Amino acid sequence: MKLNNLGYLFKEGFRGIFLHGFMSFAAVCVTVACLVIVGSFSALAYNLDVMVQELNQTSEILVYIDSDLSDAEARSIGTKINMLDNVLQARFVSREEALEDFIADHDGDSAFSGVQASDLRHRYVVTLEDNTKMKQTDEQLKQLPGVAKTNAAYELAEGFSTIQDVLHIVSIAVIAVLLVVSLLIISNTVKLAMYDRKDEIAIMKMVGATNGFIRLPFVVEGFTLGMMGAILAFGLEWMGYDALIQKVASVDALQLFHFVPFQELLLPMVAVFGAAGMFVGIVGSWTSIRKFLDV
Amino acid sequence: MIQFTDVIKSYAQGNKALNGVSMQIEDGEFCFLIGPSGSGKSTIIKLITGELKPTSGAVHVNGYSLERIRKREIPYLRRTVGVVFQDYRLIDKMTVYENVAFAMRVVGAKEKEIKERVPYVLELVGLEGKMNRHPTEMSGGEQQRLAIARALVNNPSTIIADEPTGNLDPERSFEIMALLQEINNLGTTMLVVTHDQNLVKLFHKRTIAIDDGLVVNDGLEDESNEAE
Repeated sequence: MKLNNLGYLFKEGFRGIFLHGFMSFAAVCVTVACLVIVGSFSALAYNLDVMVQELNQTSEILVYIDSDLSDAEARSIGTKINMLDNVLQARFVSREEALEDFIADHDGDSAFSGVQASDLRHRYVVTLEDNTKMKQTDEQLKQLPGVAKTNAAYELAEGFSTIQDVLHIVSIAVIAVLLVVSLLIISNTVKLAMYDRKDEIAIMKMVGATNGFIRLPFVVEGFTLGMMGAILAFGLEWMGYDALIQKVASVDALQLFHFVPFQELLLPMVAVFGAAGMFVGIVGSWTSIRKFLDV
Repeated sequence: MIQFTDVIKSYAQGNKALNGVSMQIEDGEFCFLIGPSGSGKSTIIKLITGELKPTSGAVHVNGYSLERIRKREIPYLRRTVGVVFQDYRLIDKMTVYENVAFAMRVVGAKEKEIKERVPYVLELVGLEGKMNRHPTEMSGGEQQRLAIARALVNNPSTIIADEPTGNLDPERSFEIMALLQEINNLGTTMLVVTHDQNLVKLFHKRTIAIDDGLVVNDGLEDESNEAE
């Protein structure tokens, strides 16, 4: 292929987009639809993952101190707790503070009106660096002198870990299936576009055009359509995501859901949308044209 | 030059389209190829243009051996053979000029060459005043002239016309045949496949008659008629 033809081939590729307007429009629409679905599901999966992670971070271990220890002895245990590997923070709660919390929690309930601070123990609220190691840390806390008992909801922490694992597997599987389905749909759309131009290709073959010469404008066209679809899908995804965040933030009942800002997803989304658009455009047109070249 | 030597062509289903065809068409010759439907005429054209390979025997076209030709050489073979079809095969959304220029562009011609050559060829076929028209705005005869211009524009040494007058009335048919003869007079080898006995008689050229995959006659029109 001569270099002076490259300009013509690229020009033809771009011209083809407008010359076959309806098929180009259909290919871009299908690309946009598929990428928005894949992108939305990926964003949802990422947010669910972050939410589960945050929920998991709120898991704590309550460490009750032996009631025979003095206040000073009880406070000194905090240093030992903080020295343990997996402990992020140990917050001391005196029996008086514990009583205030207890009263606040059971406000107006006469059944607990007789409870005294001396009935309760000093305690520590321990938050961990890694909740998956909650059980081991709980065992270490129990070994510390002066610790009467602990209360660790590691079944809950393990539950969160399981949910995260399942979420990861399901996300990957669903995204993979959606990507394959998108590729097939886009490839078929490109094939239809090729079919629409099969006479043109046959004439090119008849007058002696080489396969590379025939293929390049279609690949340029496929690449451009794929990228146009990817850019449009990215813009729609961004707008839709921001609109969703604003809607969620304005509804009190949905305050539990905390979505990460789109800026946090920007780079991976640009990379995935760009790569997917380029891939489906080039691979879709390259493979679709093969059967028309076999003349 | 086109040369067939004991060419046999069998299709996958087992039916033989050609049963040992031998013929030779010299450079600059004008030749009719006649025969009933299913006699093997289309197979001969496909062998010449490299769409098919012979099952056995040898096919030589303009210096290429078709039984040995590599896939990547086929486009270069086709640049030496212009083809004109009964159904014209024009691109309706392109103008007359663009249809012809397209054939030059796809073989890598420079824009300057295209601007010089296309008007010359359109003038040769009598379409110089219709460059901006679309094929759908033209008569059948004009569309066939355009198809001939497209076949001619890359200056092939051979033109194969497959039933070029099949869709035309007798007057237009005569005009098209006269045009093909004029092009032949300029030195292009011409192979015309036709059913039209009147034209074959009228133009009195070498005629190869095919039947059941065999050459049953090869000579001037009168001799062919005798064989049929």
